[in-house]
Order: sequence, then C-alpha cells, then structure tokens
Amino acid sequence: MPGRLALLTSAALLAAATLSAADTAPLEIGIKAQAFVPAEIHVPAGVKVQLHIVNSDDLPAEFESTDLSREIVVPAHKDVKVYIGPLDAGRYRFFNDFHQESQGWVVVDPK
Amino acid sequence: MFATAIIVLREVMEAALIIAIVLGASRGIAGRGRWVSAGVALGVVGAGVVALFADVITNAFSGDGQELLNAFVLLAAVCMLAWHNIWMSSHGRELASEMKSVGHDVQAGSKPLTALMVITFVAVMREGSEVVLFLWALGTAGSAASMLAGGFMGLVVGVLIGVFMYQGLLQIPMRHFFSITGWLVLLIAAGLAAQAAAFLNQVGWLPALGSSLWDSSRLLDQSSIAGKMLHTLIGYTARPSGIQLLFYVLTLGIILGLMRWVGHRHAAGRAA
Repeated sequence: MPGRLALLTSAALLAAATLSAADTAPLEIGIKAQAFVPAEIHVPAGVKVQLHIVNSDDLPAEFESTDLSREIVVPAHKDVKVYIGPLDAGRYRFFNDFHQESQGWVVVDPK
Repeated sequence: MFATAIIVLREVMEAALIIAIVLGASRGIAGRGRWVSAGVALGVVGAGVVALFADVITNAFSGDGQELLNAFVLLAAVCMLAWHNIWMSSHGRELASEMKSVGHDVQAGSKPLTALMVITFVAVMREGSEVVLFLWALGTAGSAASMLAGGFMGLVVGVLIGVFMYQGLLQIPMRHFFSITGWLVLLIAAGLAAQAAAFLNQVGWLPALGSSLWDSSRLLDQSSIAGKMLHTLIGYTARPSGIQLLFYVLTLGIILGLMRWVGHRHAAGRAA
C-alpha cells in the first residue's frame, strides 16, 4: 500500500512538473520609467514560455493582457513570473493596468 | 484626473455590477441588505490588506501567491453563487408569490445569506485592492489632488452604474424576475470560473488546451468599458483559451444540473 501511494505521488509530481515546465528559458521584460523594455518580444509558436517581468520603478505596476488572459501585480522593485502559451502565430497585446499608455506585444512567429 | 477616473471606474464598476445582480437575485429575502453591507465593509478592509501585503502575497507559494489567492477567492465566489441559485430553485417560486401577496420582505427559512456576504466580499476585495494600489502609485508619483478627485469621480460613476443596473432589474415583472436574475447569476458564476482557470493556467497548474479559440477583439475590445462590463456580466473573453471555455461550460452545466435536480425534488416533495 505505501508503495502504491509513493508511486501515485511520484506520478502526480511528474505530471505537475511536466505541466509547469516551460519549453524554453524565461524571457525577461523590464518595467523602467513606466515603460516595457523591450516592448516587443518574439516567441515561437506552439511552445509554452515563461515571462519574467522585472519592475525597477518605485511604483507598482500591473502586467495585464486581455489577449492572453494574464493579470498580475508587479510591486515596486519586485519581479514576477507568468507562463504563456502554447500560442498560435499572431500578435498579443499586453499593458500596464495602472498606467495604460504603457503597452507591448508578444509576437508569435509562425513555425 | 480623467484618466484616473476611468481606471477607478472600471474596477468599481465590476464590483458594483456583481453586487447589483446579487441584490436583485436575493430580492425579498429579509436581512440581505445587512449581509451585503457587511460584505462591502469586509471587502474594503480586505482590499487594503491585500494592497498593503502585495509583496508578501507575490512571494508566497514560490511566487504563485497572487494567482492562487485569486483562483481561490474566485472559486469560493462561484460556489456561493451556485449555492444561491440552487437554493432559489426550490424557494424562488414561493418567494415571488409571497412577495406579491404581502408586498414586503419574506422571512424564509434557512437562507443563503452568508453566500451574499462572501460574493460581495470577494468582488470588493479583488477590485478594491487594484484601486488602492493604483491610487497609491499615483499618490507617490506626486499627483495627490488628481488622485483624490479622479478616484472619487470614478467611484461615484462606478456605483451609479450599479444603481442603474439594480433599478433596471426591478423593472422586470415579478413572474419573470427570479428566472432572469437566476440566469444572470449563473453567467457571472461561469465567467468567474473561467477567470479562475486563467489564473491556474498562468502558474502552470492547468494546461491551456489551445490559445485564441476565437478572436473577437475587433468586434468588441475586452479592455474597453463595454468589453469589461460584458466580461463581468457574462464572462466575455475576446481571445479565450481552451481551459477557460471548458471551465465556463462545466460550471454552467453543473450549476444548471443541480438547480434542475433540486427544483424537481422540491416540486415532487410538495406534490406528495
């Protein structure tokens, strides 16, 4: 019985690890003087990618994308990570919900 | 100042619409005003706490704190909305006929009043914490006057939209009233479940199951005021992923199924 439990646990852990693992290294997007740097990042189609959003301002920001259904507060001088994809080719807009003039694009290049 | 007002308005409107519909859907139940007010008060406190501890929450659960907190409170709200609707499927008819005959609030038996409080609390806390963070950012940037004026304007207009929504609901004739508010509650619940799915996908706990199943952003931009309104009311998403649609449909199906089942059982019990 404990053996089966261990097997189940490791299977579940493996499944969770596969689920949360990104297909590539995290891509960094900075927030500097309330602007996204770079404002356009390229991502291959059909892969899961992790974005690493680093806020170096004194102000909190909210990284939001209705195109990607992503939404996360990035406190001042903090960084956060979010998964996106696997995505189809196309352009996906993101913006700072606390400063809506700042926006950027995730550009998914066709395979 | 105007830009500030718009941002605050968008957040306040989301909470106000949900509260208006919950108030409509619980019409005639004695004590609902007190419980909804308690939910608003707790939500305001909760919003302050979430904003104050944004750093701590962000770092919690190895960096997944925000998403997990959001998914948890959203799913809690979905359960409460489901409870309300299931309760109404066995009590709604009596409520409507008693209201017509006595013309005032009904002291029905065990009522889902806690549900009303939790739903209100979640709506106010989620939207409120963003307002607090946003206004705080604006205040530290040195535009305190614009922050206060814009924030106040946004708050007032947002609340007014909720009041109009509620007044509009009251125009519905009593014999259709609870079936319409029931559908509104159901659609809000499905939309919130889809949002929870997006948060769980954001931290990699759920697969996306396909991106952009459709793209209606040219038809109705989800970040516009109308888009945001429909996002709150029916869960409108311009470019949904598979997991969002799956959660939406499953939530709709499960709540509807339970409502029908409880409603039939109740009708059979009364006939016997």
